[in-house]
Amino acid sequence: METLNPEIAVTDIPPLKLVIVGHVDHGKSTLIGRMLHDTGSLPDGKVEAVKAMSERRGMPMEWAFVLDALQAERDQGITIDTTQIFFKTPRRPYVIIDAPGHKEFLKNMVSGAASADAAILVVDAKEGVREQTRRHGYILHLLGLEKVIVCVNKMDLVDHDEARFHELEREVTDYLSGMGIVPAHVLPVSARHGDGLAQLSDNMPWFKGSSLIDALDATDPKPLPVELPLRFPIQDVYKFDERRILAGRIESGKISVGDTLMISPSNARAKVQTIETWSTPAPLVTASAGQSIGITLDDQIFVERGHVVSHVEDAPVETNVFRARIFWLGRAPLEVGRRYKLKLATMEHAVEVQAIEKVINVEDLTDKPAERIERNEVGEVVFRARAVLALDEFKDNPRLGRFVLIDGYDMAGGGLVSMDGFPDQRKRQAPTSQNIFAVEHRVDTDARWQANNHKSGILWLTGLSGSGKSTLALELEHQLFRRGWQAYVLDGDNIRFGLSADLGFSPEDRAENIRRVGEVAALFARAGVLVITAFISPYREDRDRARAVAPDLFHEVYLKANLAVCETRDPKGLYEKARKGEIAEFTGISAPYEEPTGAELEVETGTQSLAESTEQLLRYVDAHFSLKV
Amino acid sequence: MNHLDALEAQSVYIFREAFNKFDRLGILWSLGKDSNVMLWLARKAFFGHVPFPTLFCDTGKKFPEMYAFQKRYKDEWGINLIVRDCPPLEEIDPTLPPAGRSAARKTEGLKRLIAELDMQAVIAGIRRDEEATRAKERVFSPRGENAQWDFRDQPPEFWDQFKTDFAPGTHIRVHPLLHWTELDIWLYIQREGIPVVDLYFAKNGKRYRSLGDVDITYPVDSEADTLEKIIAELRETKVAERTGRAMDHESEDAFERLRSAGYM
Repeated sequence: METLNPEIAVTDIPPLKLVIVGHVDHGKSTLIGRMLHDTGSLPDGKVEAVKAMSERRGMPMEWAFVLDALQAERDQGITIDTTQIFFKTPRRPYVIIDAPGHKEFLKNMVSGAASADAAILVVDAKEGVREQTRRHGYILHLLGLEKVIVCVNKMDLVDHDEARFHELEREVTDYLSGMGIVPAHVLPVSARHGDGLAQLSDNMPWFKGSSLIDALDATDPKPLPVELPLRFPIQDVYKFDERRILAGRIESGKISVGDTLMISPSNARAKVQTIETWSTPAPLVTASAGQSIGITLDDQIFVERGHVVSHVEDAPVETNVFRARIFWLGRAPLEVGRRYKLKLATMEHAVEVQAIEKVINVEDLTDKPAERIERNEVGEVVFRARAVLALDEFKDNPRLGRFVLIDGYDMAGGGLVSMDGFPDQRKRQAPTSQNIFAVEHRVDTDARWQANNHKSGILWLTGLSGSGKSTLALELEHQLFRRGWQAYVLDGDNIRFGLSADLGFSPEDRAENIRRVGEVAALFARAGVLVITAFISPYREDRDRARAVAPDLFHEVYLKANLAVCETRDPKGLYEKARKGEIAEFTGISAPYEEPTGAELEVETGTQSLAESTEQLLRYVDAHFSLKV
Repeated sequence: MNHLDALEAQSVYIFREAFNKFDRLGILWSLGKDSNVMLWLARKAFFGHVPFPTLFCDTGKKFPEMYAFQKRYKDEWGINLIVRDCPPLEEIDPTLPPAGRSAARKTEGLKRLIAELDMQAVIAGIRRDEEATRAKERVFSPRGENAQWDFRDQPPEFWDQFKTDFAPGTHIRVHPLLHWTELDIWLYIQREGIPVVDLYFAKNGKRYRSLGDVDITYPVDSEADTLEKIIAELRETKVAERTGRAMDHESEDAFERLRSAGYM
């Protein structure tokens, strides 16, 4: 290895990746061509060539031709595809991407913008904000690109008018802020004449901000996510020699020799034995986000491509159902019930569209329900996979929270994961439930009652979220346990973490969840336990089915509290989320609750105190389950 | 991580994706600086190994120094080298301009080699900054049955998700150096100590910046006879890298036509 030349340090600043977006003919290519010229980045002869090309076509000096290298483009007068152009200022190098303007070229814009550090949104001073200005702005937001510089271009066409500039500045800023984007700069420029690019223009003495180049030089790229939890998706497992190397790129966090790792979704664990590289000055003991490495483990556990390596304490979410904000590029629309291949980091899974929750109008940011999402549209969708996926919410870890969808052979869309309203299904074994399966069936239920000194059965608590089901159930269990009773609570959350981890909150999934709880409760009851279940169980039909599993043991208890009371309590903040539309199909808000008609007991939890309600339930239990009487 | 580390990590990622996705995969070795860097990066990706064949379409017109280089490093780098002769000029489209027609021999030779070995994908060392049409490329770039490139309808490519699902008969070019610049290549050669053909170093005021066939490749004026001087020269130059490659300059769309037909 040769010694590093001190000069090399200059290019050790990575280039800032720029995407240039905006409505067709608002001057994106011209801005780039002129910027290359003004920073002295054009190869010799290029200016003359462009001049000749322009003259041949009977046009004045057309800076856009600098980029338009392809014959097809020049003839159509539009830029077809993402082009990467390198240039540099004294501060650092840049890569600019000439993003296309025509609506059907969204896929190309996404290809460029997805890898960008910052964006320049070009708006024609005369035409103002147009459809693609908004659409492109929205896509930037969707891709998580926060650093946006707005160039109000062609200021010469509006006589460099300050009032017109401020009018447009307000319009663009308002739209962008609706999506949570605050532009770093809004600059008046005239790209054709170089005004406001490399330096401020004498034509606009009223403008006191910076030139575009100064604004760019002041923008820093997003740092690598070194501080986030470790995510090391396995790309491949190699056995070229005696080493079994798990190869991949660290997407976030750090990994060190000796670390205990968790492999998802298999949940296997092992320790890092070595970090493998080839032809490096010294072996690595630590590696971090962005590095492509290999590791060997101390234990030969099963690992394959698509598995995600993390540390034990901050493993990714596991789920087979999730929500996503998607943009659709496919020729055929996305529809409910359709299956696609999902690619997320190195994993690939078949997913089905369970529901389309809304389509978003990027013009005014309103949304509406829809049956399908068409090409170039944006919407929110619930996906269901057959397998359990290890992923993150986009807001927590973008690298593991974004995916693409394949329809047939083609990449048809991209999406960002949200888990709002869905549980993490990472397995949590409840040890108390393990003995149930060791039941000796020669022992009958009566014998168990005698041994326990009380009868068993099911107290099926039903009521709105916030009506006090869990609180009351746990209090009752506690009181009964102190009396020496065999009592056990089945609660919504603990069931959904394990037994029903694969289910969502649609009416079908709720029905299946309640069916499972009904079966499990009956097993518990037959085993001699007084089971207290705490589920909203909003549908009468579902409760009746649970009753049918063990009609002799089933006691329906209606916790009566009106919606207003429950909403003020809101112990988990769920009503608030539901009101904002963040949780779909929430009972009482966006899904119905069917009141019981033949409940064995009604408890007025809306008006009674917890102590009063517990007392009422204990009296009921004594009357129906005690053997002492 | 510095800039070169980031470039290296990205190339390694691309190599590993390609190796996972294609059973019948080959890598092109033109003996130029870029393909040497590319082979080096393959060994980075696969921990010292190049786990697929290296393909060379011989026009018979490379510089003698290049053939000598190949002979030496194929063994030193543990390369499984497959060499085939390119078809003669008479078999090439006569409507192409002369240098382009000569260069197209390589395209035709490559097509035949791909067919013979039934390759699903080949890895090529092109870079976006070399030439305008290459700037339009994708990392995983599908080709039709006759190796043609449809630059008007390229697949989307983002978040490092490359096109890996294809209709039967599709062939893929994989481009692990697409995001590198000429300067990056030389800085990496310097950092890693990667050998290159010495035609790149100036003798008598001339050096080759880009290497191809003897008859259609010309040296440029330069005094850069060391790695340090080449790097210093590239920091300042405004001369295009492929200036000395005749087939690029015969007409406004010459290189685009070559590439649409399957040239690298």
